[in-house]
Amino acid sequence: MSQRQVLQVFEQYQRARTQFVQAVAELASRSQNIEPRSNSGVMALLRPLLLDVVPTIQQTAALALGRLANYNDELAEAVVKGDILPQLVCSLSEQNRFYKKAAAFVLRAVGKHSPQLAQAIVQCGALETLVICLEDFDPGVKEAAAWALGYIARHNSELSQAVVDAGAVPLLVLCIQEPEIALKRIAASTLSDISKHSPELAQTVVDAGAIAHLAQMILNPDAKLKRQVLSALSQIAKHSVDLAELVVEAEIFPVVLTCLKDSDEYVKKNGATLTREIAKHTPELSQLIVNAGGVAAVIDCIGSCRGTVRLPGIMMLGYVAAHSENLSMAVIVSKGIPPLCTCLIEENEDHIKAAAAWALGQVGRHTPEHARAVAVANVLPTLLSMYMDAHSSEDLQVKAKKALKNILQKCTYLPALEPLLHDAPPNILKHIVGQFSKVLPHDSKARRLFVTTGGLKKVQEIKAEPGSLLQEYINTINNCYPEEIVRYYSPGYSEILLERVENYHPVL
Amino acid sequence: MATLARLQARLPGLREECFRRNRSVDEHRKKEYKAAVKIQSWFRGCRVRAYIRYLNNIIIIIQKWWRGYQGRRYFRKMVETAYFIMKMNFYNEMAVRIQKRWRGYYDRKYTHNYYALKKYLEAISVNNEIVRKELNEYAEMKEKEKKKKDLEKKEKEKEHQARKMHYLLSTEQIAGIYNSPFSKSPDPMELLLRKSKPLSHSQQPAKNHLICELCDWSNCTRSPTFPAAQPLPPIGRQKPQGPFRDTAEVLRQRYKPLEPTLRVAASINSLEKAREEIKREEWRNRVHDNEFLPFSSYHKNEKYDPSIHRSGKYGQETYGVKHFREVQPKKWIADKDFQTVLPSIVLFERFGKTYSRTGQIV
Repeated sequence: MSQRQVLQVFEQYQRARTQFVQAVAELASRSQNIEPRSNSGVMALLRPLLLDVVPTIQQTAALALGRLANYNDELAEAVVKGDILPQLVCSLSEQNRFYKKAAAFVLRAVGKHSPQLAQAIVQCGALETLVICLEDFDPGVKEAAAWALGYIARHNSELSQAVVDAGAVPLLVLCIQEPEIALKRIAASTLSDISKHSPELAQTVVDAGAIAHLAQMILNPDAKLKRQVLSALSQIAKHSVDLAELVVEAEIFPVVLTCLKDSDEYVKKNGATLTREIAKHTPELSQLIVNAGGVAAVIDCIGSCRGTVRLPGIMMLGYVAAHSENLSMAVIVSKGIPPLCTCLIEENEDHIKAAAAWALGQVGRHTPEHARAVAVANVLPTLLSMYMDAHSSEDLQVKAKKALKNILQKCTYLPALEPLLHDAPPNILKHIVGQFSKVLPHDSKARRLFVTTGGLKKVQEIKAEPGSLLQEYINTINNCYPEEIVRYYSPGYSEILLERVENYHPVL
Repeated sequence: MATLARLQARLPGLREECFRRNRSVDEHRKKEYKAAVKIQSWFRGCRVRAYIRYLNNIIIIIQKWWRGYQGRRYFRKMVETAYFIMKMNFYNEMAVRIQKRWRGYYDRKYTHNYYALKKYLEAISVNNEIVRKELNEYAEMKEKEKKKKDLEKKEKEKEHQARKMHYLLSTEQIAGIYNSPFSKSPDPMELLLRKSKPLSHSQQPAKNHLICELCDWSNCTRSPTFPAAQPLPPIGRQKPQGPFRDTAEVLRQRYKPLEPTLRVAASINSLEKAREEIKREEWRNRVHDNEFLPFSSYHKNEKYDPSIHRSGKYGQETYGVKHFREVQPKKWIADKDFQTVLPSIVLFERFGKTYSRTGQIV
């Protein structure tokens, strides 16, 4: 009898624990139930349940802790302060796969908030256990471990180095080859987070043979997987020329161009980022991309997107055009200027406009042909207005000014320069007038046009210090015309004439 | 004598005269000496000067010739250098002209080849067109696939709905809602209802499982399918009055798993099956099925089947088995063997004689 009573008491207690832990886990999955202050006591209650005899309770307790830590960084800190992590790490190696998943979930939830919390996780020796989990058979466990490692490595390069030193990279490369899509995604995202900090880390990832597998996965139809794979490749390629060449040798072109036509916005963005990171290093790599038709694909991509998604494409065009005049001409021939102009005009964000202005400057700065192509698109007044606008950010103003200067120094297309004469500030005006002074002495039709459009009048009205460059230009222009014309257009000529009339004594 | 006296008389005066003469001579000696020296020195000087003048003249002539020679040489060198420089300048000029033409040609042809650049740009635009076309095709293909998938999904949805609402099918007596008597032809939904099979309720839960699996599994938002704890008996139930056994015991006994004996668990023909199994194994391991029978009486007339190795013409060679040494009696000169002088090797004596002659009939 009494034995049965004792048993009943124990069973009651067990049931109560199970109920408590399941209820907490349930409530924690909905964020409105969590309040940081009142829930700090929950940590102390859940902690002993992690060591419970019943496996179900352990697993549910770990699950509840994970959900709580996931929600808020204060709770994550409470988890760390409550000394829960060492217990988790110890029991992680022995338990079954559900527990491993839940424990890896807790580590991930704690590690994602800040570098200090991630450092705390590293210090309690969780990395080795997570790496052991990466070798487990169950793909869910691998995924949870890889996710946790990814969140830890995301913060800074020391943590990434710690993850790499724990030997995670070869196992992650193995994980990428697994058939489950979710596991591939997470492994690709972790490799991306590891390799983004420094060239040495990227080299470690490359040495494990990741590039070939990542390149194969570009063809996979799953959009989220493509995002991560493209992001990983671009993080590897961005550090140095050798790494970019290694990525290119994996024969990603022209396959990457199909990603630029994908229906998912972020796949397009990451694809454009990858081409940008490759194109920016040397002219040869840019040449390769141009030869593969990359420029056309990127231009179409810019035309079809809106917002921040366009930014990497714009920068890619700028980098390609900056290397040499042949490449810049290739960009022009591929009809690159109209989309850049529309970006400049349509977009609201200043940094995108600044990037578009910079790219246009790079395209137009090489020779008069290039400058003409840019000027014909009627983009110079827009650039000028952006430079003059008080609301634009400083970055935008600086970039617009530089672009304008670079284009103007080579521009000989006078019809485009005319409207700028009227509104430009003196430092820009000097360049415009300089260009006029270079072209007008040799071209009579241009001289005629200059007079008829009122340019000569405007030039006379400019006040310049004698001896300055502007004055010299003005003198050159004035020397192209006969004196009477110049005097006719000089300001105040009508007053002079009237004065002469007044002072004239009629001859009777 | 007189002279002597005169001399002696002059003698004291002689001394004085002598002194007086010496003195006067001494007085003038210096002067004369100096005058003589002067004259001599002047004369010697004249002589030397004449000599020097003479030498000077000679030297002037020599130097004049020598300097003239040096000057001419120097001049000649200068002329040569000037000439050389003039020639070099000329060559440089000409070389510059050649190089100018050549570099212009080379650059125009190879480095900054305008036509090549133009062709390249045209090729790029053509390539771009191709790439754009292909990408558009790819995008269209993807669109079509997506549309097809959406359509299929909608179709499936509709069919599922029809199967669920099968009871809305119209009968002979009562027209269903999709088969209004006022419309000419029934609604397409009605036709769908007619085609579909009614849904049985037990199949329903399987559908929702897969959709949320992928994201919930990793986010741990779905509750895990742990093996739940053993169901405990309901608490708080009053113990029934009477001589009843404990409910838990009863349940345990009722649901005790079956533990059959070996006799019951074994099937009826298990013995025969085991025997057959053994027979099969033996048959498997045998090479042939011919029973092994004892000698002579059974195999009297049986011809021996040689194995494949022996039955071909490439069978065993007789050398080494039937004979060891080639012996060609037709070539022998005489019947007798050689007469040995030295003691022969004992082993070779026995050649052909170790066995009885009956073996040689083969």
